[in-house]
Amino acid sequence: MNAPLAKTRPELVCPAGTPAAFRTAVEAGADAIYCGFRDETNARNFPGLNFDRSELAQSIRFAHDHGTKVLVAINTFPRAGATALWHKAVADAEDAGADAVILADLGLVAHAAVKHPNLRRHLSVQAAASNPDAIRFWVETFGIRRVVLPRILSVAEIAAINAEITCETEVFVFGGLCVMAEGRCSLSSHATGKSPNMQGVCSPPSHVVYKEEGDDLVAKLGAYTIDRTPKGVAAPYPTLCKGRFTAGTYQGHVFEDPVSLDAAMLIPPLVDAGVTAFKIEGRQRSRAYTQAVVAAFRKAVDDHLAGRPIAADMTRRLAEGQTTTAGAYKKTWR
Amino acid sequence: MTDAPLPRFPRLVDRVLGRLPTLPLDLALRRFITSLADRHPSLFSRLGDQAEKRFLIDPVDVSFGFLLRPDPAMPRLEAIKRDADGTIDAQWDARIAGPLAALVGMVHGALDGDALFFSRDIVIEGDTEAVLGLRNAVDDAELDLAGEVAAMTGPAAGFVAEVIRRAAPVAERLTGVALVRSGGFAP
Amino acid sequence: MSETRPALVLGPLLFNWPVDKWADFLARIADEADVDRVHVGEVVCSKREPFYADRLPEVIERLQRGGKTVVVDTLALVTLKRERALVADLAGLDGVEIEINDFTPLASLPADRRFAVSPLVNVYDEGTLGWLAARGAWSVCLPPELPFASIATMAAAGTALGVETQIFAFGRLPLAISGRCYHARIQGLAKDSCRYVCAEDPDGLDVDTLDGEAFLAINGVQTLSQSCVAALDEAERLIAAGVGAFRLSPQDCDMVAVAAAFRARLAGTIDGTEARAAIVAAGLKPPLGVPMMSGSWPATAGAPRA
Repeated sequence: MNAPLAKTRPELVCPAGTPAAFRTAVEAGADAIYCGFRDETNARNFPGLNFDRSELAQSIRFAHDHGTKVLVAINTFPRAGATALWHKAVADAEDAGADAVILADLGLVAHAAVKHPNLRRHLSVQAAASNPDAIRFWVETFGIRRVVLPRILSVAEIAAINAEITCETEVFVFGGLCVMAEGRCSLSSHATGKSPNMQGVCSPPSHVVYKEEGDDLVAKLGAYTIDRTPKGVAAPYPTLCKGRFTAGTYQGHVFEDPVSLDAAMLIPPLVDAGVTAFKIEGRQRSRAYTQAVVAAFRKAVDDHLAGRPIAADMTRRLAEGQTTTAGAYKKTWR
Repeated sequence: MTDAPLPRFPRLVDRVLGRLPTLPLDLALRRFITSLADRHPSLFSRLGDQAEKRFLIDPVDVSFGFLLRPDPAMPRLEAIKRDADGTIDAQWDARIAGPLAALVGMVHGALDGDALFFSRDIVIEGDTEAVLGLRNAVDDAELDLAGEVAAMTGPAAGFVAEVIRRAAPVAERLTGVALVRSGGFAP
Repeated sequence: MSETRPALVLGPLLFNWPVDKWADFLARIADEADVDRVHVGEVVCSKREPFYADRLPEVIERLQRGGKTVVVDTLALVTLKRERALVADLAGLDGVEIEINDFTPLASLPADRRFAVSPLVNVYDEGTLGWLAARGAWSVCLPPELPFASIATMAAAGTALGVETQIFAFGRLPLAISGRCYHARIQGLAKDSCRYVCAEDPDGLDVDTLDGEAFLAINGVQTLSQSCVAALDEAERLIAAGVGAFRLSPQDCDMVAVAAAFRARLAGTIDGTEARAAIVAAGLKPPLGVPMMSGSWPATAGAPRA
């Protein structure tokens, strides 16, 4: 056996939906925090969440005092005729001291490249750049420094992409799992008129209704029944793609089981695949979640760097449906 | 967070609480919510439109529930006794029900609301958007209910805080409810 | 007013039809359909592409002989080496227009090569439209989830830029694309050994809710609306706003009759109710629905109004 090589230190990128969750994540060991403004420029535009301008500036100062970076997600697609709101969000993020902005819209990326050349630009997962050619297009045309990869790629595909591109890659390691190519899904729009791309919400709570019918808990989104769960079974949030439906003779989870991604055990191969940053999903979750998941992944990354094995199943109770999957990172998922 | 099952609020303690007259309790709750609004304006501003909604907080192992209207101009919180059949007679937009330990644990940041929901420890009904707005705003406020109780007692706050600090561990063991905020009691 | 007549465009076939059925369909379109442009090329699944590849030159030639402008589409979701090579090949094709279904082709497309942009590309705002126009886009089919106000703003911007704005006017709405094949998943098959089960559903497979509501349809890795939208009542508004082309997405029915109904509706010689009746008479199997731009959800709410 060869002597172990010095391992590259991956960046742990953690979610913050509120200033309190932000401080919690910094203290739990995040290398970087991602967050967004309290408006439609943000793909987690949920009630009671997110940051106004002064909260963001204060939070960035707090992060920088602790040696933590801040990435500001401006990752919806601008409303036609209202692009000024998105342009202002980029300018305000730069003024507040953000280390990077996370963008999805081509026009907005082009704008940022021209007007804010010194502000680091990351390509959001919502841009769905899924192969080396597409990534090269973004890097060479707009100076993208990091691309967040879609959650549809296997570890081997990620390694192959990294071998061909010059920018950094960031991958999701924990949290809610999109089964569709992100940024290319209008299921929520079809059922409710509100979508991740436009309003920054998927299966919005304003259109969710729970009803007890006999022993069943019925979850409706808009006019549609997304699921029925009998007593004693873990309840799903009625996210469209995780509901139960019938298709031909099949009845059940046509698209995806209500599971949550947990790729902690895949940290070693993902580091070997050349991934720069590991991202935890969950800006809409509580600070209890943030504390538990960030601390668990801090430990997992540190264990890996120290050559210790990573403990399995640290965060199962926080997972949707309370079960986890390695998702597309294992090819059988398809 | 742990995988241990959530404790149920002890019957005996509930019976004693249930006999208390509601008038002094209502007065105390009114003072409590006014003091809370003064001390945590961002909690109420974060709620936006959801501040006009009526929330029924329904601790299913306790003989009364709480009706909350978090309007920053005139916040209201009142206790309503449970009927003989266990229901609470009140008009609400959203109902959040679960064991007291789950509800208080959520307020104190010790438990994750989504995880409690996935595990069916808490049930929500009615206006889901309002519930999420309230949950997110409360989560950001980093409330400590015991600290808030101490704070509303005005000049006696320091003394009350000290009493709670000493009594809390005993009461927590008795009731299974996390009486102070995860990470410490801070009035 | 012939020069301002909106174009009728037959979109690419999204479903997996037997190759003979597909070739016969496009031969009839070439000879009989009153459409200005016809799209070909596999958008949804690269595993289907080899079946069509050999016949593509003959089909293109037939369409061109029928006076149709031919547009070749690229794949929507490109991950494999083979798929990247396919996209690069298409980008190099001469003698036809090409339509991009994601930004992958822009890595290899020559700067002087013009291209069309499909509704699967996220063109939501005038900034993106302007950049694409400068790069060589001449026609952009807007995402189906855009509300009418956004369509009007984009059409005005397109007019100023000299870019045609197109709307997805007929067909099951393409709502999502995934790395996972749902047709294979519900049969318990892996994507790599899928046995092409999607070929059994020429309009896609209906997905209903547990309470029996018509909701979605699956087509391999693609998810569509179960209802088939028809932007008929909106025709005058859309034309007035500057929309230059209406896309009809092939369904398993008489598309020549569907095209005729749209042509008559766009010319104002029949109303929406008459056009819907003609489309139902064309043998359309999915329920008719209203487009998202109508602002009514669920999209089936206004249908069937025929």
